[in-house]
Amino acid sequence: MLRQTTKLFFVVLMLACTFILPAAAQEEVTLRYFTFSAAPDYLEELDTIIAAFEEANPGITVEVTTAPFADYFTLLQADVVSGDAPDVFELNYENFVTYAANDTLLDISEYLSGDAPYYPRALEAFQYEGAQLALPETFSTVLMFYNADLFDQAGVEYPTAEWTWAEATAAAEAIDALGDDVWGLFSPVQFWEFYKKAAQNGECSFFNEDMTESTINSEACVETLSTMVGFIDSDLMPSAADLSGVSDSELFLSGNVGMLVTGIWMFGAFQDAPFAWDVQIEPAINQNAHHFFANGVAVSATTANPEAAALWSEFLTASETAATVRVESGWELPALDQPEYFEAYLELTPPANRAAVFQALESPVTPPVIERQNEMQDAVNALITRVLDGELTAQEALDEAKAALDELIQ
Amino acid sequence: MVEQKGLVKWAWVAAFLGPSLIGLWVFVVLPILSSFWYAFNDWNLLSPPEFIGTDNFVELAGDDRFWTALGYTLTFIALYVPVVFVLGLALALLLNQKVRGMLVVRAASFLPVVASWVVVSLIWKWLFNPAYGLINYGLGLVGIEGPAWLFDPGTAVAAMVITSVWKDVGYIALLYLGGLQSISNTLYEAAHIDGAGRWQVARFITLPLLTPTMFFVLITLLINYFQMFEQVWLMPMRDSAADRQVEVIVTEVVRNAFSYNRMGYASAMSWVLFALIFAITLVQLRLQKRWVHYETD
Repeated sequence: MLRQTTKLFFVVLMLACTFILPAAAQEEVTLRYFTFSAAPDYLEELDTIIAAFEEANPGITVEVTTAPFADYFTLLQADVVSGDAPDVFELNYENFVTYAANDTLLDISEYLSGDAPYYPRALEAFQYEGAQLALPETFSTVLMFYNADLFDQAGVEYPTAEWTWAEATAAAEAIDALGDDVWGLFSPVQFWEFYKKAAQNGECSFFNEDMTESTINSEACVETLSTMVGFIDSDLMPSAADLSGVSDSELFLSGNVGMLVTGIWMFGAFQDAPFAWDVQIEPAINQNAHHFFANGVAVSATTANPEAAALWSEFLTASETAATVRVESGWELPALDQPEYFEAYLELTPPANRAAVFQALESPVTPPVIERQNEMQDAVNALITRVLDGELTAQEALDEAKAALDELIQ
Repeated sequence: MVEQKGLVKWAWVAAFLGPSLIGLWVFVVLPILSSFWYAFNDWNLLSPPEFIGTDNFVELAGDDRFWTALGYTLTFIALYVPVVFVLGLALALLLNQKVRGMLVVRAASFLPVVASWVVVSLIWKWLFNPAYGLINYGLGLVGIEGPAWLFDPGTAVAAMVITSVWKDVGYIALLYLGGLQSISNTLYEAAHIDGAGRWQVARFITLPLLTPTMFFVLITLLINYFQMFEQVWLMPMRDSAADRQVEVIVTEVVRNAFSYNRMGYASAMSWVLFALIFAITLVQLRLQKRWVHYETD
């Protein structure tokens, strides 16, 4: 009897060793994920994505910390500098280079499955010196929104994908003539519009190819800036003082502007506009060009769990669950070349021409990015306002901008 | 209570002082000392600081943005300090009258002082709005076309000075009021017996004995306004020329530290600001002997 009991004990022990020990040996991993895009409106959606990831990857737990965009980068910097960086965190494209250049991001190439259907351009955007230092998470772009009722009143045909700014200007003149409180168009005059219109010009680039010198004062750039400022000078577009604190979107919603160049994130805000509206890709100057704003997900160079962190990054950015959750909740659009993920999105109206979002992706422009990005943006913006004030000509302002940019890339 | 000695006594002292001293060291003294060290470093917060000697200070000397910011700071001070200095005194003289209901007026004049700059800037942004603001509406009634106040750098400075005066004049008046009420009544009685008129009393008693308060007001105003920040950060209309061009020293420090990731350069700028304030305060302390009169027994 004792022998049998002893045998049974050893059998049970062996079975335990076979089944339980490997499970115990499998390391429990907790990843810290820091995000600005999820809070406060999309935390439940993020939880859904995390639950799906944890189910597919037992042993890995994701802990989320959020911060509003305005504070996010200050907090992230504090974490990085104190050696307590989150394992995985979001970065927008403009900040990506700064973090990449300071060796704070892990090259995750070796951990990637290689079959995630990212837009190639989006994936390239998050490469730095040949290394894949982040994955594209979401994208956004800017389109031409138009008030169809004002077009009808002015007897002008709706914008088409073949329009150039010459046709847009002619339509703006007709709409502008409808009344003193009606403006033809609104296209912001600032750094972000400038680099995009520079790409629409085709000949204007802020820097030479090897980024050793600024070319922002070239003839093409001067021409581009003059075109932008010209909309205000010719009274087709309100100046900041004319707007008196009214935002461009409020101006559009009040039905007082024919065309507005703004982001697709305004679709929701314009849903209940008391007039018919739609979108079209932006007119070309010499060619089409559209903003490609991207958020990425990066893995910290100091993470103790690079493999798990990369796995979570890829799941968050490229899995069907994440893509579907994002599209269905109207969070942001995943940067994936998978048309079937976007079917539900395309069916929503207004705007009827939602497909323009993807048409815009055929001519994407990413911002010129340098390590001292914010200084460049502030310097160019300050000089542009001096052109708007008539204090400087476009040529004088861009000559000064070149000198400032040359210094910033030293 | 039994007197405690030795270690026990010091343990009690440490227990009571500790919480404040730890906070003071961690959040004030250490950052000040470390900012002095970082002023001689190139530090973008993401990579370790790199010692670069006096390079930050050399760069500062040739930085147009810094000189523009210093120019705007001095312009603010030149426009704001004399106005609030005189208006504060005038308001204090008014509030010093023994009239019924003066307590209410005193409280009302102090209300803007306790209001936060965020609230004050929202109210005044509305008042200064060129399209629907009350100020341009009022100017329009007398046939003047008001400017685009908070959009243009020149008029934005004027608007911010007006707002700052409105917000601070109650506080300055309160300081003067304290000064006025601390002047001994016996001096006024003696002057009255000697047959002094109102002007003579004001010229030879009130004004000289108010100079210590004036001195205090001047020093605090200058120290505060070299460090002005909130109004310049909050008031200019977004994306306007004023928003993109008007900078003072502290907004430049904040921008360099937290937007441009140049913590070393921002630290250097802070220490230059400190040196500037220190020098000006020192000069004022030296000059006080010439014009400040203290009441003696």
